[in-house]
Amino acid sequence: MVGGGGLLENANPLIYQRSGERPVTAGEEDEQVPDSIDAREIFDLIRSINDPEHPLTLEELNVVEQVRVQVSDPESTVAVAFTPTIPHCSMATLIGLSIKVKLLRSLPQRFKMDVHITPGTHASEHAVNKQLADKERVAAALENTHLLEVVNQCLSARS
Amino acid sequence: MKDSLVLLGRVPAHPDSRCWFLAWNPAGTLLASCGGDRRIRIWGTEGDSWICKSVISEGHQRTVRKVAWSPCGNYLASASFDATTCIWKKNQDDFECVTTLEGHENEVKSVAWAPSGNLLATCSRDKSVWVWEVDEEDEYECVSVLNSHTQDVKHVVWHPSQELLASASYDDTVKLYREEEDDWVCCATLEGHESTVWSLAFDPSGQRLASCSDDRTVRIWHQYLSGNEQGVACSGSDPSWKCVCTLSGFHSRTIYDIAWCQLTGALATACGDDAIRVFEEDPNSDPQQPTFSLTAHLHQAHSQDVNCVAWNPKEPGLLASCSDDGEVAFWKYQRPEGL
Repeated sequence: MVGGGGLLENANPLIYQRSGERPVTAGEEDEQVPDSIDAREIFDLIRSINDPEHPLTLEELNVVEQVRVQVSDPESTVAVAFTPTIPHCSMATLIGLSIKVKLLRSLPQRFKMDVHITPGTHASEHAVNKQLADKERVAAALENTHLLEVVNQCLSARS
Repeated sequence: MKDSLVLLGRVPAHPDSRCWFLAWNPAGTLLASCGGDRRIRIWGTEGDSWICKSVISEGHQRTVRKVAWSPCGNYLASASFDATTCIWKKNQDDFECVTTLEGHENEVKSVAWAPSGNLLATCSRDKSVWVWEVDEEDEYECVSVLNSHTQDVKHVVWHPSQELLASASYDDTVKLYREEEDDWVCCATLEGHESTVWSLAFDPSGQRLASCSDDRTVRIWHQYLSGNEQGVACSGSDPSWKCVCTLSGFHSRTIYDIAWCQLTGALATACGDDAIRVFEEDPNSDPQQPTFSLTAHLHQAHSQDVNCVAWNPKEPGLLASCSDDGEVAFWKYQRPEGL
């Protein structure tokens, strides 16, 4: 935990129901048919990311939702909006970075990824969005071993 | 327009990593590349192909963000995320580190030599621009720390003939600096971009400066000396820089780099949409309100973001580019007929 035993910023967050497993269709089992990457697939990649503060996933805190994922496989673009639980959440950049890293590690390199805060849900929305969009700062942040460790904790499977 | 940019060759310069930046030596015979693999590679031709002449793998602990050759071509400077700048002395195909410049608090984003070779500038995420003086014994002394920007400084570039320095920043502005009584001062702030300014390039005359930004536009700034005929206001004796042209609607993502060919005047851009574009000023355009036309547009120049474009200083139309895909590509640009 990043909070290190200090007071939680949002001690009693609302907890949301997890969505079920994706039903597999006959078309998807047919290996002759190419499956394009869709919003559900992106959502499945990010919904199990751990919140840096709570022993809950981003899906359980409603930080990520499938409706806030936009994908165009032919155009190789993915846009994810995430919603911090409170407007002054100091973890917003870290959450955004974790989503970005998860997508960078999982998707084909042809994809252009935009990760940003759901408009109107955070006090420093513009500043956080600008930092997340700056690939030079993201690259430098990921060379910081301490920060990378924290991101990896968010991305690790809950034991 | 389709055939105006022809691929000459492609090399996997920084495999499994990102190639961030390129720099031609002043003779135009060698190209230095640097990347996320912490290495610098030196490329030269053998027959028709580009081969790696040297690899510099010591020196930096983190990404090498930019490289720059000294005007004499005997030294190479490298700026790294490890907060240092290394100066390498070229000896045939070997490069020896003669000094490591320390002082920035965090990532050094850019390095540039003044045309005289006696001054070097560096900039960093720590928001500062440093000017270093170089003496004959390869000693470097910091002569000024400029804290004019309010955010991360992305790029520094010197005027082609004067001791005038320009910097581009995450604070959306461009700043210009000159020497004043043993110190350096900010003498102009260029405002207009709506997001991070990533790179800058002077035209061959030094009267114009091009800037490129995360706002997906290129801006052309023109220098007006005090007492100019056009009546552009200047503060004191300092020239004023006015935006005379904005190229918008051409780029679909962040523009990471811009290069103004010192031989032909062609303007090339490196964009996050994987494309390389070339613009030329229209022959009869008004110098006070110039217009530019897109003369080359290569959609899939690389398989990922294009990070840098660099015109060869001696061979007109020879352009090198590099990308997040780790590759360096060489192109021949030919102005389309009828221009």
